[in-house]
Amino acid sequence: MKTHPPIDDAFAEYEKLSLPQSSQTATAAAPAPQPKPSEFKYIGKPMPRVDGRMIVTGAARYTHDLAFDNMLIGKILRSPHACADIVSIDLSAAQALPGVKAALRLKEDRIRWAGEPVAAVAAVSESRAEEALALIKVEYKPLPHVTAPDKAMEAGAPLVQDQGNVIKSNDAVRGDVEKGFKEADVVLEKTYKTAWEVHQPTETHGSVARWDGDDLTVWDSTQAVQSVRDGLARTLAIPAGRIKVLKHYMGGGFGSKLGLGDYTVTAAKLAKMTGRPVKITLTRRENSTSVGYRPTAWMTVKAGAKKDGTLTALTVKSYNCGGVGRGDRVAAPYSDMYACPNFKIEEYSVFVNACASRAMRAPGHTQATLGLEGMMEELADALGMDPLALRMKNFAAKDKGNTGIPYSTKGLEQCYKLGAEKIGWDKRNRKPGGGSGKVRTGIGMASQIWPGTGAPGTLADIKLYPDGTVEASCGTQDIGTGTRTHMAVVAAETLGLEPKDIVIHLGNSDLPWAPGSGGSMTTPSVAPAVRDAALKAADYLKALASKKLGIPPAEIVLENRKAASKADPTKAIELKELARGIPRPLPFHGERGDIPSAFAFQTFGAEFAEVEVDTETGKIRVKKVVTAHDIGRVINRLTAESQVLGGVTQGMSAALYEEKIMDPHTGTMVNTNYHDYKVATAMDIPEIVPLFADVVDERLNNLGTKGLGEPARIPASACIANAVYNALGVHVREIPMTPARVLAALKRKEARP
Amino acid sequence: MDTPRKKKKSVSRRAFLQTMGGGAMGAGVVSRVLGKEMPAFQAGPGPMDVVASKTIALTVNGRKVKIAVEAGETLLQVLREKLQLTGAKRVCNRGECGGCTVLVGGKPVYACHTLALQVDGAEILTVEGLADGDKLHPVQEAFIDKDGYQCGFCTPGFIMASVGLLKKNPQPTFDEIRAGVSGNLCRCGNYQKIYAAVGAAAEAMRRG
Repeated sequence: MKTHPPIDDAFAEYEKLSLPQSSQTATAAAPAPQPKPSEFKYIGKPMPRVDGRMIVTGAARYTHDLAFDNMLIGKILRSPHACADIVSIDLSAAQALPGVKAALRLKEDRIRWAGEPVAAVAAVSESRAEEALALIKVEYKPLPHVTAPDKAMEAGAPLVQDQGNVIKSNDAVRGDVEKGFKEADVVLEKTYKTAWEVHQPTETHGSVARWDGDDLTVWDSTQAVQSVRDGLARTLAIPAGRIKVLKHYMGGGFGSKLGLGDYTVTAAKLAKMTGRPVKITLTRRENSTSVGYRPTAWMTVKAGAKKDGTLTALTVKSYNCGGVGRGDRVAAPYSDMYACPNFKIEEYSVFVNACASRAMRAPGHTQATLGLEGMMEELADALGMDPLALRMKNFAAKDKGNTGIPYSTKGLEQCYKLGAEKIGWDKRNRKPGGGSGKVRTGIGMASQIWPGTGAPGTLADIKLYPDGTVEASCGTQDIGTGTRTHMAVVAAETLGLEPKDIVIHLGNSDLPWAPGSGGSMTTPSVAPAVRDAALKAADYLKALASKKLGIPPAEIVLENRKAASKADPTKAIELKELARGIPRPLPFHGERGDIPSAFAFQTFGAEFAEVEVDTETGKIRVKKVVTAHDIGRVINRLTAESQVLGGVTQGMSAALYEEKIMDPHTGTMVNTNYHDYKVATAMDIPEIVPLFADVVDERLNNLGTKGLGEPARIPASACIANAVYNALGVHVREIPMTPARVLAALKRKEARP
Repeated sequence: MDTPRKKKKSVSRRAFLQTMGGGAMGAGVVSRVLGKEMPAFQAGPGPMDVVASKTIALTVNGRKVKIAVEAGETLLQVLREKLQLTGAKRVCNRGECGGCTVLVGGKPVYACHTLALQVDGAEILTVEGLADGDKLHPVQEAFIDKDGYQCGFCTPGFIMASVGLLKKNPQPTFDEIRAGVSGNLCRCGNYQKIYAAVGAAAEAMRRG
């Protein structure tokens, strides 16, 4: 019996997001000359969302909100055991219950985690489906399980994967680390730990599936309509062209909705069996146990530096635990952030009986940044240096720790200046823990690196209609970051219209290809493709206007809904009037061009936190966070700020509260709701000041723009941990920094000779 | 959240149903009963046969409706599934996050945590009924202007909680705004802009 299927590697799926996609048109031109920011009317300004009215009136339809005639509700029976063999599944009683239209086995052999799908039903109502689940008789043969990574690594632990519970997942080396440590005046070695952090989007995962003959339509709460379509085609073995995946509005994903869900496949199968639409939405409990989380990382970091702060060697040994999956890789920030010729990393995956982790907002990077930036802070103290000066001392102008190719642009120095000034860097304790009294204050910071360059091959169309309608279409999705709005802003800017004039189509897998909305990919993929299409449409309109106005196209500008002579604005024609000359709806195809290979492209940034720590209770209060990011050209300042607020809030929440807790005896997750799984709430939020370096990268794409979702989140937990270190003089080194862990760290400090 | 409170340590199912019919069930008690002591308590046949369905009268967004409900049915189920008013969301379904907030008699309540039978005769306002035709409520306008949302799934709940707050306290301080929306959870983490939106709405409503 096959007990261990291939290891789930969600991280590899995530990495694929940023791989260049083959171009359909293969004619992507070099980036057009970039206008100065001052020439833009909308791009870079704070622009309210074009679909705001939909959201605030409740008209926006989320997958949860959909209902169709004859629709059935599907429910999934999940394993209560963390490890067990299924002896038998008897569906007969469930099938016999009135109102139950289909029942389905989902698992025949070994269960490897509590919450794994076993069977499913479709019934006329949710309550009937729940009753039916209770009637399914499953006989399990329970087997020993292990849910704690340290226990899984012990000899004789129950085997979770055939290869063993620990496998090497990555290693890399450059230079000579032994030589580097010999050259160092100071060498530190510390271990930093992160917890399992659950995405917990407000809209739980869910899908509605409907067949029309051989054609399948799926409405899915997803971050990636294209991947879900491709995944369904593979899994159901039907042509991709017969599948349409739609997502109009989606209530959060944070990485957990990037691929095809088993609930989606189940809904499609139940719909096929019954000939009726089937809707499956997960409960909050299922959302907690069965759709991933951020894997833990236990990272032992060793760094050597000369007296002046020059890094001579950096080594990392990391154990990542992502349940039955491979977990994240943390290497990139350690390798690339600072100039360091001698570097080595070994990464191991530890397997336990829990569902596979999934990508979560900046997978690997947030964990790595806690360790790397924690080490930089501790190293600065050991060297007697200003932590910011230590970072500047090791500034890398080239990738791979200053040993690779040059960065096209790197606005990190500007970020440091902006952030340090705004937080009042000079107010920090010169010596960590240098304050006095029961409540200590501290200021800390952390830096960030993340690609955010966008996917070559992203396509978008602008269509002009004879009635004057201008439509922008792209098979991307707006996951709450404001994609609809930035498409409208870019199209309107380029065509001399207002954002509200543009009809936006997205969230449909039939539209021109775009990558999944993860990895800060959306804006730097979609905005340049829309710009490209709009520039082509603008050329067409100028040529049309040229004939009407009798002046050369080069002398015409599109603005204020008109095509007008640059020299004489009275010579003008309304675009609506001009459109009447269009013979039929005309599409203009746009593409995001390739990424030049001679330069390295990354986003950079720094976040600064001010905290108060009660040394009696161990409670931390974050008072203020200042962020400064270099994400190239900001397309919409209003939504960009919102993304930063979200990244900081989630980072603070992970730093202080969030942890998926497993009961070692039953192998089940115990905190499966918002009450027990603590997330930051309205009363916890500090003042957050989002700043941007506004460094336009003209080589990267035709708008010089990069992504922001990940950058905002990456340094947030680490800067708070470092601020707590500055307050206490001891680094907690493990998140969440619960009061108990803070008090334990203070005891560790007292015990120090 | 304003919900009638009644201190009771525990309650039998019969007593629970009787009390519920009187509309005085405390939110905390319901949770305890539904969550722990009566796991089988669900709409549908079986245990639900104890109490037959009953027709209640509601005024929802100014429209009078009569509707048959079962004893275990929540106000949220009635709104979303029977009246197709899907603005209020089912997020936690256990009174923890405020995604389902609506106004009952002008006060914000968690609809997932309110049995339909409890609100027989009540006036309900949901996010769909807030605008005056095409004219948005100042709170709605302010959420758009300040970008008081990201994915928007929690937004109807935040808006209704904010409207409830401003009805009770038209000039809230910053801390009163925070406390006023503290029963609502935004996982995207846009609180700062939500505070700004509520503040701006209060200002706009003062100016008229």
